[in-house]
Amino acid sequence: MAKIKPRVKVPKKAKAGEAITIKTLISHPMESGQRKDRKTGELIPRKIINKFVAKYNGTDVFWMDMEPAVAANPYVEFSVKLTESGTMRFEWTDDDGSVYDIEKKISVA
Amino acid sequence: MKKLLAMGVIGLFAATANVALADEDAELVVDGQAFVTKLDAPADSPLSEILSGWRFRNDETQELQTDDFENPAMIFAEYGEELWETADGADGKSCADCHGDAAESMKGLRASMPKWHDGKKTLFALEDHINWSREEHQKAKPWKWESQEMLAMTAYIGLQSRGMPVKVKVDGPAADWWKRGEELYYTRVGQLDMSCAHCHENNYGNMIRADHLSQGQINGFPVYRLKWQGMGSIHRRFKGCMDNIRATPFKRGSDEFTALELYLASRGEGLSVETPALRN
Repeated sequence: MAKIKPRVKVPKKAKAGEAITIKTLISHPMESGQRKDRKTGELIPRKIINKFVAKYNGTDVFWMDMEPAVAANPYVEFSVKLTESGTMRFEWTDDDGSVYDIEKKISVA
Repeated sequence: MKKLLAMGVIGLFAATANVALADEDAELVVDGQAFVTKLDAPADSPLSEILSGWRFRNDETQELQTDDFENPAMIFAEYGEELWETADGADGKSCADCHGDAAESMKGLRASMPKWHDGKKTLFALEDHINWSREEHQKAKPWKWESQEMLAMTAYIGLQSRGMPVKVKVDGPAADWWKRGEELYYTRVGQLDMSCAHCHENNYGNMIRADHLSQGQINGFPVYRLKWQGMGSIHRRFKGCMDNIRATPFKRGSDEFTALELYLASRGEGLSVETPALRN
């Protein structure tokens, strides 16, 4: 799909010190750079999300590098323990340098 | 004693195979909504029980479909919703301008496709309906059968019927199409000289090399297939099957595939629509 759109599922409220599950999914072709165009025979240039970072109040809490073998529309799920209310910021970095981001507020009690 | 030992070994193999495959008793529930994925076949059916393709997938793949956030097919349904509200064509109308809320107007449509179209005097798949409406009412260019837009729209329209039982009309003018579909289903084709029935009626549940054969039910289409890394139509799946048995496939949207689609839909009557489903 041509349109790249990040989406995340984050609980609005959390208890301090309790692990919460965060689900993320971004629509992205994850073109590996290994495939050839069926008509012209030319290599389709690589275009993948190569880095994913989740920041909470500015601090990195989860990050990963992605490689060409990762499937299209990568789904990432992880758990965090929070101690204070704040904003989770998610950033996906594309090969072409563009960054897709989304922010979610979580209130911690 | 030797015989007994041999049986033991076979038993072991069978048990191991079952572990690797799907949990036979798993039930599909999405957001509290239960789906019919298994039912007894009616007396006149060639099958003894009707099983959704979901039941043939492994646990991890099954699970992905139980959560709309994790199901990547929902990306397409969302895109379809956007297209539904976007004006297109010379008349500058969107689908929503005439049809309003899809949840109301499109409810049940997917469950009854393919359907006879009185105006065009032919059998319409959902894709035909969409393109007819685009040309007739929006004065827009028809979408290609396998285009992202078409897949998104069929996924979105199909979603409005999710959970409803498949029920197609096979009498009246559709009767001849149904017969043609049945004939195609049982006709041997290709270098491997196989018909649909050889795999999907006589051998469902068995492995064909690395693939777990299903009954070839179409209640979840369009589906997000992990192998495709994307969405695909029913006719794309038909084409894949025909390629596999080294036959020359019919074209997407051809009368043959639409007839086959009607016949297959009738074989799966009673299954819940799972659109947009996830398969491997």
